[in-house]
Amino acid sequence: MKNRNHLFFAIAALGCILIFDSCVQVKEYQKNKLNDADMVLSSRRSQKNELNFQTYREGSAGANGGKTGGGCGCN
Amino acid sequence: MKKLSLTVIGLYALFLHAFSQNSGLDTVIYKTKPLALEEINLVSSYYSQSGNHSAVTGGIGDEHVVDFANGLDLKFVGWDQNHNKHSILAGLGFDHHTSASSAYVSATGASKTGGTRIYPSLDWTVENDKGNTFGLGAYFSTEYNYQSFGLDVHFSKKINSNSEFNAKFSAYFDQVKLIYPSELIPKSSVVSSTPTYYTTASGRSYLSGGGGGDASGIPSSPRNTFTGSLSYAQVINTSLQASLMLDLVGQSGYLGLPFHRVYFNDGSDHIENLPSSRIKLPIGFRLNAFVSDQVVIRSYFRYYQDDWGIQSKTADFEISIKVSQFLSISPYYRYYTQTASKYFAPYKAHTAADAYYSSNYSLSELTSHFVGIGMHTAPPQGVMNNQHITSLDIRYGHYSQSTDLNSNIITFDFTFK
Repeated sequence: MKNRNHLFFAIAALGCILIFDSCVQVKEYQKNKLNDADMVLSSRRSQKNELNFQTYREGSAGANGGKTGGGCGCN
Repeated sequence: MKKLSLTVIGLYALFLHAFSQNSGLDTVIYKTKPLALEEINLVSSYYSQSGNHSAVTGGIGDEHVVDFANGLDLKFVGWDQNHNKHSILAGLGFDHHTSASSAYVSATGASKTGGTRIYPSLDWTVENDKGNTFGLGAYFSTEYNYQSFGLDVHFSKKINSNSEFNAKFSAYFDQVKLIYPSELIPKSSVVSSTPTYYTTASGRSYLSGGGGGDASGIPSSPRNTFTGSLSYAQVINTSLQASLMLDLVGQSGYLGLPFHRVYFNDGSDHIENLPSSRIKLPIGFRLNAFVSDQVVIRSYFRYYQDDWGIQSKTADFEISIKVSQFLSISPYYRYYTQTASKYFAPYKAHTAADAYYSSNYSLSELTSHFVGIGMHTAPPQGVMNNQHITSLDIRYGHYSQSTDLNSNIITFDFTFK
């Protein structure tokens, strides 16, 4: 399991380096696609309740813009 | 000469007039604009779940839940004299659920199965002309067995026109009502008149079985959550952007639920007992790409680890297809897998030697699949020809877990202007 996690992190780190390294300067007038509502770098508002039930039915939460505390004493 | 002088005077007057107009224009630009209602959002969801591993009955028993959740957000926007944009987001949520397992907080199955949660929230954000923001938020949630109060501070800074750094620090101060399974109330209890209160050896009073009545007399225990969230967003090229998110979450207090039973291998039953602290570390990565004029791929990956022994991985993909200028269809799929917490064991698997124990299957080893489809429409004449409804999102998803838990959720998201 530990070796698999190391591999996962190595691939993720390499992917991030490759992606961020390939950045080009984009002018404001070139951002029509980037400004599209589907390109927003966060969960959709309509996903809020999906994230809530996943938080209660699974053991992990966070790093998705959703809540990490508070909420309900669900069973 | 006279003509020339008159021309010069005329030109001077013209410039003077022109400048005086400019001066007036500046005053108009930087004039304070009071807060005005810009947008209203209404999000309503219907959630239905089935399963057979309820934690109330020690990892066995009906997990049927139905939840109807509604959230209304009002967004107000205004500008001050320094041309800073102020946004206030006022929210009010209202959920009502029925849960089959709640009946068995009482050993006889007579406890109430329904509950309502109300959660108002308020957020203020100020944005300067460089696009940097600062904000404060407050949140409150109340239901029969749980109260929560939260505060947060958040800011963002544009590093350049293509990258942005965000930080958010939040704190939640919760109170868990100590409603125990009826048979686990200490034997020395003294039964009072209806509603049934019990007094424990420590001298505190408890309402047994989570039944109806006023919960205000039931003692509660605190649960605090502190979160630091950092994120960095980067434009990669004209059709690709990504963000990296890191949360550090610390929890302390009563982290189990008092009405969750655990059956030991000797047949005895106990109240779930979990450590009073937990550290969570999730790292997320989001990558969105405009792959053609009609198709956007949204992807999300997360790695999570905590000190209770859970490691999880999440991969989420959504393909948004622009059917027309005002309509898009978005099929999506999410895969999730986690290892078990070291404190989890199924029904009758814990032993008396265990210091901490839980049979809550959200802490078990599991894999889940969530598949569904979304639709977004924003016609220029308004949704259903109503000019005030500017957009409508509908999402349906089916969720299945390797623990045999299955659920369906449908969400409607209306935007009014």
